[in-house]
Amino acid sequence: MGAVTLTNVTKTYDEGKVLAVDDVSLSVEPGELFGLIGPDGAGKSTLFRILTTVLLADNGTATVDGYDVVKDYRAIRKTVGYMPGRFSLYQDLTVEENLTFFATLFGTTIRENYDLIKDIYEQIEPFKTRRAGKLSGGMKQKLALCCALIHKPTVLFLDEPTTGVDVVSRREFWAMLKRLKQQGITILVSTPYMDEAVLCERIALIQTGQLLSVDTPQNIVNAYAGQLFAARADSIPHALTEIRQFDPVRSSYAFGDTIHVTFRDDNEQNQQQLTQYLQQKGHTNVAVTAITPTIEDRFIQLMTKDTSS
Amino acid sequence: MRILKFLLRKEFRQIFRDKSILAMIFLMPTIQLIIMPQAANFDVKNVNLAVVDNDHSTYSQRLITKVSSSGYFRIVDASPSFKQALRSVEDNEADLIMEIPAGFERNLVREGSQKLSLAVDAINGTKATIGGAYLSRIIGDFNNDIRLQWIQPGRFNDMTVIDVTSSNWFNPLGEYYFFMVPGILVLLLTLVGGFLSALNIVREKEIGTIEQINVTPIKKWQFILGKMIPFWVLGMLIFTIGLAIARFVYGIIPVGSLVTLYTFAGVYMIALLGFGLLISTYSDTQVQAMFVAFFFIMIFILMSGLFTSVDSMPPWARAIAYMTPVTHFIDVVRMIVLKGSGFADISRQLLYEVGFAIVLNGWAILNYRKTS
Repeated sequence: MGAVTLTNVTKTYDEGKVLAVDDVSLSVEPGELFGLIGPDGAGKSTLFRILTTVLLADNGTATVDGYDVVKDYRAIRKTVGYMPGRFSLYQDLTVEENLTFFATLFGTTIRENYDLIKDIYEQIEPFKTRRAGKLSGGMKQKLALCCALIHKPTVLFLDEPTTGVDVVSRREFWAMLKRLKQQGITILVSTPYMDEAVLCERIALIQTGQLLSVDTPQNIVNAYAGQLFAARADSIPHALTEIRQFDPVRSSYAFGDTIHVTFRDDNEQNQQQLTQYLQQKGHTNVAVTAITPTIEDRFIQLMTKDTSS
Repeated sequence: MRILKFLLRKEFRQIFRDKSILAMIFLMPTIQLIIMPQAANFDVKNVNLAVVDNDHSTYSQRLITKVSSSGYFRIVDASPSFKQALRSVEDNEADLIMEIPAGFERNLVREGSQKLSLAVDAINGTKATIGGAYLSRIIGDFNNDIRLQWIQPGRFNDMTVIDVTSSNWFNPLGEYYFFMVPGILVLLLTLVGGFLSALNIVREKEIGTIEQINVTPIKKWQFILGKMIPFWVLGMLIFTIGLAIARFVYGIIPVGSLVTLYTFAGVYMIALLGFGLLISTYSDTQVQAMFVAFFFIMIFILMSGLFTSVDSMPPWARAIAYMTPVTHFIDVVRMIVLKGSGFADISRQLLYEVGFAIVLNGWAILNYRKTS
């Protein structure tokens, strides 16, 4: 049995008018670092809130550590750690006071589980008498993680922990998660950033409350249908409109400073034809190269397939 | 218990770190208790009087002198006609017009009777009615004076008159602040207790800390008690400060026992905190909670009998007044402080407050959910 399971979970808001989570089934293995990847409003937070027993699903069942989220909510609240998307510690208490407070709520002390948070806490310890509200974004993140870990949870839920945090802190944060995973803690993390998806062992792509795909990042990339090309030209916006009018092209979208293109039929001439087409339209410095797709490409592919069908 | 102790420590820490709340808690009662009783005074003084003297006789002069020397009236206008005097009322300069008709003295002497007219500007209800009553009384006095002067003493006794003399019990001098200060003390307790408790929990909702708390194994009763006890303590502290001000600034020493007073205040605070808690369970933002609390506390205060007598309200309004915890507390504070009432005298009101405490808190606890 998985550490976290969801079976046909559905949740609507505003008396059924807004569908937040649509018939989601999912299983996370014990000790896994699992990522829930999707844009804002996809239903990630709703799923987390259902799993942490603060929200009731309309339909379906869910378990955490073998406990049912409705019947055994008390047991779950003792064993899980939850870090909400918004910073939700007491801003007017100091770092140390916050940590002590949460430790006490779980009937433990900082000393008892110090080894678990040591790596993280050492970084914020110099500021332990500072009020939480006065910390920087990255510091707040670390403190929140400490507070979520202080009772040695078996499952850790992190709702968009890296949103609004600088690149360096984000990288550090993921390194911390890797270390926590080694301690055997099951970690569920949600993020809107596709580049963080590859750092997870398995990911679920989620869009408008539905799971598009659940697999390892590698498999998700491998499942990419067709060959992907990156086109370059001096004027990307113009080139994009023209590529869209080019008949053999199936899909095209701007991706950084290039345009990602797929064709209706994969054949050898595609690359050359597109280059010539763009040059005919008067574009300079045209280059079309075959590339390996990223998770984002696969996400876009799944999304567009979803809307067109 | 250890958890509760920690919750309390956390709450107190947060309260004492918030400078503005701290200032509110200690400055508000002090300032309000010193300023409000002096300003909110029902004694009517300085009634502006316009006099229209159509007679210009010795007697009319004597009457005017008597009125102006009473100390309650200020003669602001002496017009030749009623029409002109009315203008000063319209301009808000005069509150009352006394018109002395032509031939006032002649008729008084010859026919033994004369009529006077008083016109009252009823825009300011209390000032007008009380001012009018004062003036009638002074004229009545004047009337007696001249009767004494004119009619032989032997014949005067033929008239049967009931002379009423009254004395003020429990407040011999009829001092206004003797019953105002205890009332305002209740008002302060209500403001601080009602608003602070309502806003505090909503703030946790707004900031998001409640979400983190909800995922912990903390029990509902622990959380609620952790919120209520600090505000209860603060409320009692304010009550004590208020009583001290009443003692040292106004010289009001509670006649009744302090134990009775504090017991009642304690129960009242529980009811009030239940009210705040209830509002907070229904609100999502501090602004919402603020407005809802404001709406109810406004009704509580205006209908509580602090400014007006509950007994003279229409029956439906009296029913509402009895449905607010503030009414009973104001009643009881006045009874204990001024009259020295004991437990037996206030048991009915105490029962009301216990009822409010149970209903409001029970409702709030039922409505507070860790899961939505």
